[in-house]
Amino acid sequence: MSAAPLDVLEIRRDFPILNRPLETGRHRKGLLPAFLDSAASAQKPHCVIDREREVEEQFYANAYRGVYYFGARVDEELEASRAAIGRFVGAAPEEVVFTSGTTMSLNLIARAWGGKFLQPGDEVLITDMEHHANIVPWQMICAERGATLKWLPLTDDLRLDLDQLDAYLTPRTKLVAVTGMSNVLGTINPVAEIAKRVHAAGALFAVDAAQSVPHLPVHMRSFGIDFLAFSGHKLFGPSGVGVFCAREDLLRSMSPFLGGGHMIDRVWKDHSTWAEPPAKFEAGTIPIVQAIALHAAIDYVTGLGLNRIHATEEALLRYAHEKLTTIPGLTIHGPAMEHKGAICSFTIDGASAEDLASLLDVQGVFVRHGHHCTMPLHDRLGIAASVRASFAFYNTREEVDRLVNGLHFALDRIHSRS
Amino acid sequence: MSSTSSMNLDDLIQEFDDLGDWADQCELLIDIGRDLPPFPDEFRTEENKVHGCQSNVWMVADVSESDPPRIELRADSDAMLVKGLLTIILMTYSGRTADEILSIDIQRIFQRLGLHRHLSTARKNGLAGMVKRVREIAARVRS
Repeated sequence: MSAAPLDVLEIRRDFPILNRPLETGRHRKGLLPAFLDSAASAQKPHCVIDREREVEEQFYANAYRGVYYFGARVDEELEASRAAIGRFVGAAPEEVVFTSGTTMSLNLIARAWGGKFLQPGDEVLITDMEHHANIVPWQMICAERGATLKWLPLTDDLRLDLDQLDAYLTPRTKLVAVTGMSNVLGTINPVAEIAKRVHAAGALFAVDAAQSVPHLPVHMRSFGIDFLAFSGHKLFGPSGVGVFCAREDLLRSMSPFLGGGHMIDRVWKDHSTWAEPPAKFEAGTIPIVQAIALHAAIDYVTGLGLNRIHATEEALLRYAHEKLTTIPGLTIHGPAMEHKGAICSFTIDGASAEDLASLLDVQGVFVRHGHHCTMPLHDRLGIAASVRASFAFYNTREEVDRLVNGLHFALDRIHSRS
Repeated sequence: MSSTSSMNLDDLIQEFDDLGDWADQCELLIDIGRDLPPFPDEFRTEENKVHGCQSNVWMVADVSESDPPRIELRADSDAMLVKGLLTIILMTYSGRTADEILSIDIQRIFQRLGLHRHLSTARKNGLAGMVKRVREIAARVRS
């Protein structure tokens, strides 16, 4: 039985940016922004913004270095945040590493694990729907180590072709890296099921959870995920902070990633030894204020409840699909609704994505256009670019209506009908 | 809206000023883009593509036999707004000599039109790519 949807109008009061009427532009002045780009980055509630300010106003200091009161406070708050993140994703606090974002986390896995353990002839398997952050680091490390990068294809209805997975898992496969949810198609991948099959083939399993963490529960231990990467800024937290999680034994076995302060145990002139994880992977000064405020974001999301968030988004997605498909020539690129999260990437015959997004902007409707950092996926779809409207729990049916009406306005302008 | 096919750059700058609002200027850009001459399909090749653009942009040059040679530019895009920007580029550069092209400071024209305020970074990069292509063409003709 699905959970009760959230009171969206109530929740929107928590997000200052959603309540400020736009100040420029003839068509949108005085209107509230219809922010439909949360998949790129999400808006922040008061409690996150306030928490950042609180840290900087009350007890800011560098982390893990000072014995004085501020330093001790910062350390305590960081460890509390680390533990909260661990509870949120089913990992122990020592398995949670603060990074600058999903991209850095994925690069970390590729370099610190791949750089040490990939041998010539080994295989890394990713998929046709991946974001560049879960492609390029693998291309780079495979080229360096003489390993082969392989791509699991998609079915006609734009899900992973899991019937072919066993054929792609060979004795040489050392790691499989998959997105938890496609940032373009919205496709939700059955990561627990994939993990089982990957482990049966003797490989490790990494999940790019940038899109999935804000929308779906994840539990590393019970799902069987070896490496997890996600970003604070997509989880209604600050930009500049992200998370990398891995099983403790893996963290111990990996090389460090960045070298410098805090990640060392002892430095001599001819060599250095490393600190225990997670410090081993947190060289220099981590994004302190942001890492502490991420705790506030997680508390906010768990306070609402992921089940209720999912129910709310599902209802809105249904409405969006219904309305968008009334526009002639519009194609939504993605699987059937039961297999996707609240993302609608679409093209309209005879209109370029760039024109549509520009003319929507003029009306205060904010969407993204382009290839959304998924060029191979767009090649697979056979389109140069798409428009993407992505929804979070603070979006409304009214905003969907503005999107649809806005598209009609845009099409009129493009085809010179007014 | 008045016919835009006979508009020159000064007229365009004036009309932009009169409109004042980016939404209206957007619509004007789309309108003037409609007047871009038809672009033959056979020129829509990878070679003629201008890179750094979000939408597809193609550009070709015809160099006249005159002395000094004059460069006629033809361009197209699958985005209407970009066609409008291309129209501005062609208004500025097409039919001129290589020396004239290389001596024009088109950024001043873009600033005069307020484009630097309203175009996103990505679109500005695309625009810079188009200008770069024109200048490369001119530099090749001059050498």
